[in-house]
Amino acid sequence: MKENSRRGFMGKAFGAVAGLGAIGSLVAMKKSWDPLPSVKAAGFTTLDMSIYPEGEMITEKWRGKPIFVLKKTAEMLEAEKSDPAAQARNIKVGNDNFMVCIGLCTHLGCIPAFRKKEGNFLCACHGGMFNAAGDVIKAPPPRGFDIPPFRIDGNKMILGEVGPEYQAMKDNGVTL
Amino acid sequence: MAHFTKATSVKDWLNQRLAVETVEKVMASEYWIPKNINFLWAMGMILAVTFTLLTISGIFLLMYYQPHVDHAFYSVNFTIMREVDFGWLWRHIHGVAASVVFLVIYIHMFTGIYYGSYKKGREMIWISGMLLFVTFSAEAFSGYMLPWGQMSYWAGMVITNIFSLGSLHLDGLVEWIRGDYVPAQAFLNRFFMLHVFLLPLVIMGLIGLHFAALRIPHVNNQDGEEIDFEEESKKYLADDTKNSKVMRFANDFLSKDLMVVGFFLIFFFYLVFWHYSFALDPVNFDPADGLKTPAHIYPEWYFLWSYEILRPFPVDIGLIAFGFAQVIFMLLPWLDRSENTVPANRRGKFAIWFWVMLVDMVVLTAMGKLPPEGIFSTIGLVASLLFIAMWIILPFITKNEKKA
Ligand code: FES
Repeated sequence: MKENSRRGFMGKAFGAVAGLGAIGSLVAMKKSWDPLPSVKAAGFTTLDMSIYPEGEMITEKWRGKPIFVLKKTAEMLEAEKSDPAAQARNIKVGNDNFMVCIGLCTHLGCIPAFRKKEGNFLCACHGGMFNAAGDVIKAPPPRGFDIPPFRIDGNKMILGEVGPEYQAMKDNGVTL
Repeated sequence: MAHFTKATSVKDWLNQRLAVETVEKVMASEYWIPKNINFLWAMGMILAVTFTLLTISGIFLLMYYQPHVDHAFYSVNFTIMREVDFGWLWRHIHGVAASVVFLVIYIHMFTGIYYGSYKKGREMIWISGMLLFVTFSAEAFSGYMLPWGQMSYWAGMVITNIFSLGSLHLDGLVEWIRGDYVPAQAFLNRFFMLHVFLLPLVIMGLIGLHFAALRIPHVNNQDGEEIDFEEESKKYLADDTKNSKVMRFANDFLSKDLMVVGFFLIFFFYLVFWHYSFALDPVNFDPADGLKTPAHIYPEWYFLWSYEILRPFPVDIGLIAFGFAQVIFMLLPWLDRSENTVPANRRGKFAIWFWVMLVDMVVLTAMGKLPPEGIFSTIGLVASLLFIAMWIILPFITKNEKKA
């Protein structure tokens, strides 16, 4: 009896030590797989918004992802008049209106192609479509392009930092 | 300590220390195989041989492969293919085997389904086999990343995005899996580790389990006949080999196994030397570019059917359907409610179910390869719905099956 309780105690004590060690090592394993600090530190990009030509879709790079920048033409803005959802996605820098978004399809992450003539984006992977404002117009993508966190500074745009304009868009549910 | 006597031979010396004779009996000379099984039962041996070929060719590729985003592509396409003597041979063997192994796995699987080899007492064989299939899929996928071509990169992008689980938006989880915002160095290194170490280790363990699962219920046979292995093996050992329903694995059955393996190897090396290109996607001969998606993304042929089940639906439903397709085969022993362990052709409705399922998967495979437009989308959608419906009705059509 006495013998048994002693072995029982030893078993439990071992269990406790091993359990603590197991939890600790799981934490270490989780953290080892986190993105490295150098990867995170490189996560900012500054764009000079004054150089973009109107109506031309330009692809920039931020955190390895393509960023679509489209300076809206007067016709494009005109076409959006009746579409408040599209207007809400416009980003004003100075007097110009831009579409800036992460150029990855919200379905499974392919890069949709801009079709200048039609003025929309087609994702060849599963046939998703987006309009010039970045809103989805044909499934499977569940939502419009995501807008990267940004801060506006004069005619510069810093991607990766959260400014008030971006925060407002997020709060209004314009982007995720 | 046990009692040791002076050894009379090398074998005796080993036998006293390692019980080699017992091992030999269990593994080969008294491992009993029913006599009435056809060449489809040799697929297991073919898989073992193919896995060996993959391992050996993999070892040789490993000696020059560079798991670095700037060098991986050239180490494969230039160093291994052009500079290393016979480097092309290892790559072709590896690439062709990786593709052919799935063909054989599917034949192996459908043989099991046709003859009811997953039933009554053989459930563990089926489950361990399906676990092997899943691990092989992960192994194939991680290997596909390593040449770091366009398809590698974008397949990596798409598949890891699946882990954001649609509307749950677990982007943090996706970034954690990749170790970066997009597939990059951390991603390449960890898939390299998975491909050359962790997953092969798991596969070897599962192969062990798969074999062990066979030892007690024994292998099924063409008629689904319940054989008393104890009785039959006694007859065999008493030299009544003619009336016994079983035979030794080695060297009796092995001769047939190896003959089928021989035919397979001729076919295999024919592909390796003359038709290796079917296993190498042309898009993957462009180096990875994170700013350009290939016009049309599709996986290797062996994943097309489950990819097609994901495709025609909105994202969440698609993911659920995809998850369904991944696990449902595992549940087959319980979804098939009939007691009959006989070939499908003697089971009435189940025979129809079997062939419709097979054809449906072929259709899904074909649609997965075609661009998702117009009539192809519609056929894909119908085939996906049919696939799901088939599994739902399976318990009902098998429940009232007459005793065959
Ligand atoms: S990734 Fe764009 S539609 Fe699927």
